[in-house]
Amino acid sequence: MDKTVNQKAWFLVLPVFLVVAFSAVIPLMTVVNYSMQDTFGNNQFFWNGVGWFKELLDPSTDLGERFFASLWRNLIFSAIILAIEIPLGIVVALSMPREGWTVAVCLVILALPLLIPFNVVGTIWQIFGRPDIGLLGYTLNSLGIPYNYVSNELDAWATVIVMDVWHWTSLVALLCYAGLKSIPDAYYQAAQIDGASRWAVFRAIQLPKMNRVLLIAVLLRFMDSFMIYTEPFVVTGGGPGNSTTFISIELVKIALGQFDLGKAAALSLVYNLIILIVCWVFYTVMTNAGAERPQKEGAV
Amino acid sequence: MGTIPGRRIIISLFLIFLLLPIYWLVNMSFKTNSEIVSTMTLWPHQPTIENYMRIFTDESWYSGYINSLKYVVINTVISISVALPAAYAFSRYRFLGDKHLFFWLLSNRMAPAAVFALPFFNLYSAIGLFDTPWAVALAHCIFNVPLAVWILEGFVSSVPREIDETAFLDGYSFPRFFIKILVPLIASGIGVAAFFCFMFSWVELLLARTLTSVDAKPISAVMTRTVSAAGMDWGLLAAAGALTIIPGALVIWFVRNYIARGFALGRV
Repeated sequence: MDKTVNQKAWFLVLPVFLVVAFSAVIPLMTVVNYSMQDTFGNNQFFWNGVGWFKELLDPSTDLGERFFASLWRNLIFSAIILAIEIPLGIVVALSMPREGWTVAVCLVILALPLLIPFNVVGTIWQIFGRPDIGLLGYTLNSLGIPYNYVSNELDAWATVIVMDVWHWTSLVALLCYAGLKSIPDAYYQAAQIDGASRWAVFRAIQLPKMNRVLLIAVLLRFMDSFMIYTEPFVVTGGGPGNSTTFISIELVKIALGQFDLGKAAALSLVYNLIILIVCWVFYTVMTNAGAERPQKEGAV
Repeated sequence: MGTIPGRRIIISLFLIFLLLPIYWLVNMSFKTNSEIVSTMTLWPHQPTIENYMRIFTDESWYSGYINSLKYVVINTVISISVALPAAYAFSRYRFLGDKHLFFWLLSNRMAPAAVFALPFFNLYSAIGLFDTPWAVALAHCIFNVPLAVWILEGFVSSVPREIDETAFLDGYSFPRFFIKILVPLIASGIGVAAFFCFMFSWVELLLARTLTSVDAKPISAVMTRTVSAAGMDWGLLAAAGALTIIPGALVIWFVRNYIARGFALGRV
């Protein structure tokens, strides 16, 4: 589909540009401004150049150590939840009923966790997991498995991961389901005539058809898990110790807790830069996949 | 047709896994605090609606819900109305810097809220919008406007270009074509985009909490009040949490067939 060149289209885009620029560019300038300065309160600022960045990227300083520790924790967290949620989402999508009223029921229940405010997700798991009043914590402990997410690092991690799986696997499942729905029946009939096994159908028909949505799922899940703040904050508060302090939590601690504006701003910029790079990969891959897509999907 | 063995068991187990924690929350909300703390019961033995009554009669509680709904609605209206023309432009025309602009929008959808919390606080304090629903609504535009543009662009692209051309040949002016022809054609897309704006604004906490203090305090911030010197008021917390699930559960029914497409940013 070739688009016509029309510079007047800018007028249509202008409102979006203004609204987003107001919310994105001005704050970003503030951040850049802060990141170069030091303050001792009273709104007095002193030029600090790239000092904060040097400190941030040097693991031997306190700030650098905290940054790299939370960065690693966040990357490990993202890797674990991707490794669980993607296969599980595919399996759930393949298990969806084909037709009838059960489809609607399944879709609504699947989407339910996605629409719960992040802090309530945290609250739900806090209440569910507590050893004294929570069903999960109580059951595990009475089965003889010691479980306490408040004091045990491993339990805290397990809780945060299971919570994320609970919260977001549906997204992967819904995306895969949408991909599966777009496969015409003729493909399956052809496979049946060829006597293809169940596994062959999956490998040769379903997986290639889900490629695109899986890509979106992986990237969305990576980005969102990389920015995760509210849910672990409500459940564990970043603890025990610092064991579940992810980058966002560390950043908010520095910025709004200690009001260390310079350090927080430098961390923000580096954090944003990482996101921007991943985003660029996402965009490039998406647009390339879009170019290969045949123009056949009609109006919905 | 393309299903796997044991699928009924798998899907049932997964749905139970999803519903169990929600059931526990609802279960808690109907219990008294003494029952919650003293015994482990699978259903409320002395069911009470006292927790809900407290929320509906105490202004500081129910105003939290109203405040949240206020900024969510303002944000949805702003997002959709600015995103519609832009989605049309991106779908139909090529113009200077269009690809860069599109990427820049996407990068804002992905920007971590934690980065913007403090600058937003300064910005909205400076222009006197701090502690109003407008501050939160405008702040949420940073991720909702790009999202709406992305979703709507997908829907506009599925409208054949011939329709535009025919309308213009018939003498429709651009605004008239837009309102009379295009908007009705992509009504379902607008519904989906509005739903997603509603949802992402509704579930966000960090910015909403940072940008409000007293008058415009959202429900998610009010919920932190349940921690008091006497310990946690679990029943009340559970009731407040259960009530926040309802708006989402209501709207979800209307868009159930489009959910997946919306999450794929209109690109399934």
